[in-house]
Amino acid sequence: MTAPLLSVTGLVTEFQTDEGLVRAVDGVSFDLPPGGTLGIVGESGCGKSVTALSIMGLLPRPNGNIRSGEINYHGEDLAAADNARLQRIRGNEISMVFQEPMTALNPVHTIGRQLTEVVALHTDQTPAEQIRTAVAMLERVGIPAPELRMTEYPHQLSGGMRQRVVIAIALICEPRLLIADEPTTALDVTIQAQILDLISALQQDFGMAMIMITHDLGVIAETCEQVVVMYAGQVVEQGSVFDIFDRPQHPYTQGLLRSIPKLTDTPKQPLDIIPGMVPSLHDLPAGCRFANRCQHRTAECDHAGLTLETVTDDHSVRCLKWRQL
Amino acid sequence: MSAPLLEVRDLKMHFPVKSGFFSRAKARNFAVDGVNLTINPGETLGLVGESGCGKSTLGRCISRLYEPTAGEILFKGANLAGMRHRQLLPYRQNIQMIFQDPMESLNARHTVGEILEEPFLIHGIGNAQTRRQAVSKLLDTVGLPGRSASRYPFEFSGGQRQRIGIARAIALKPELIICDEPVSALDVSIQSQILNLLMDLQKEFNLAYLFIAHDLAVVKHISDRVAIMYLGKIVEQASSDDMYHRPFHPYTQSLISAIPIPDPHHTATRILLKGDVPSPISPPSGCAFHTRCPKAQASCQHDAPILKTLAPEHIAACHFAAAP
Repeated sequence: MTAPLLSVTGLVTEFQTDEGLVRAVDGVSFDLPPGGTLGIVGESGCGKSVTALSIMGLLPRPNGNIRSGEINYHGEDLAAADNARLQRIRGNEISMVFQEPMTALNPVHTIGRQLTEVVALHTDQTPAEQIRTAVAMLERVGIPAPELRMTEYPHQLSGGMRQRVVIAIALICEPRLLIADEPTTALDVTIQAQILDLISALQQDFGMAMIMITHDLGVIAETCEQVVVMYAGQVVEQGSVFDIFDRPQHPYTQGLLRSIPKLTDTPKQPLDIIPGMVPSLHDLPAGCRFANRCQHRTAECDHAGLTLETVTDDHSVRCLKWRQL
Repeated sequence: MSAPLLEVRDLKMHFPVKSGFFSRAKARNFAVDGVNLTINPGETLGLVGESGCGKSTLGRCISRLYEPTAGEILFKGANLAGMRHRQLLPYRQNIQMIFQDPMESLNARHTVGEILEEPFLIHGIGNAQTRRQAVSKLLDTVGLPGRSASRYPFEFSGGQRQRIGIARAIALKPELIICDEPVSALDVSIQSQILNLLMDLQKEFNLAYLFIAHDLAVVKHISDRVAIMYLGKIVEQASSDDMYHRPFHPYTQSLISAIPIPDPHHTATRILLKGDVPSPISPPSGCAFHTRCPKAQASCQHDAPILKTLAPEHIAACHFAAAP
């Protein structure tokens, strides 16, 4: 067993809002081995993106804060690291790709400047070398005529090309960990396929670990080895991709898998649904957070103190009833 | 066979492309370029394509939010294409729309009650009391509590807002609803609730839908027939099942192969397309798909294929169409 590259333990992230303190991430723990791929799946507001921003040290200040927990990257606790240290790590050791490439890129700088900026910050290459590195990286992510693109601005590129540029910027210093937050959600299906293929090819080449954050269970099934399912700020189930898809134990995971329309379905049949909606983070129940939507709910489910229970070695579930289900 | 509810014939929507403030149109955007389709009463036609293929423009032409450049839109035999505002009014009751983002399509300063009452006011239907009754009945039909009427759109979640959008669309008992990406902004668990609601309403009111979306799995689930659009043209059309089991057009084949399957045992055999969708301002010559097509031959650059019947109720426009 190799030591994990990243080990998150009991992460709690809170936001100060007009309506009081909100706990967006509540006790998230997971390990990621070097070169491994972990998927975090969940719906809007479940805390998956906030988990990523906490790791990157990119929480909006002063409202967002890590309350407790450890983010152990290569023997160093990022939760306790200062900003200068985090800046050395970001882009160099850990990089992030965001959903919307147009907002991730600076509209008034050329593509070339945005790429060489990263190289200049993290290496001691000369300007000529920086440009060569940038052109080579653009070529590697499949951008035709990279020299020409270097001089262009983000608005001159299509959505798929922009996302390739964002990936090039993220990977130009060959990080050991890439966090991809819904990297293909804003893209068309055929472009999504290109980008997913590109990301996994680059992951192989660079031997990089990846955290893939998405709401799309199809993307999870295709790209990930380990999966964390989040609901209302908590991990409700985690395990290997086969555990989650073949042997889901939590009623939420089971409900999600049943409710997505599949290509093999007979048309026009009613879909299985999860009734109701996610509770507000301002007003969370003391017991199981999924209880109000769960068909297996009993009085015990409303008691506080629900923990992640072990199903098998690396498969765990936050449900009192998983043995009976 | 009963008469179709809607018949679109050779519909074209070309937008002028202007550059500069006072300058005249320099080019045209061939957003919709010669589309034929029919929708029968109570039927769902799914319309699938990538951004910029013209699927939303086509929907907006049919609901006459746009005035098409050429072609016919026959709704129960009457041609809506050239009609003026006053002539269109009676048809507006019959053709409604549901939009992708319910927050943007609902007036934030009106209560839900006012939003749902508005269609009745515009068409001069009923009095204050009957309208109030109609509103509470609508809320009930789409599964919202009656007290929602006095609240504002921002107080609702995305899924509930889409229910309000649906309630508004069915208020005047239309026969056709254009659904433009109605579930793509919603979370997975809410998406299935809304799809079920749409299917229930269809049965209850014998509604016909033009269901526009980019998600093929969703479209397959809700549609009787599916049409695939690429750069302003329909390239393939078939029954929902037939389209997925036997796609003929290389574009449809690659679209289907590109969908990530939620099954870790499935190994994807993707047909990856090269590059991006070309601009509809200067679409490629011949077959518009030839620049990305894995099967393209030299002849595809100048011979535009026409839609041919390749199986019962199954048409596709490709010189080298073949089932996989």
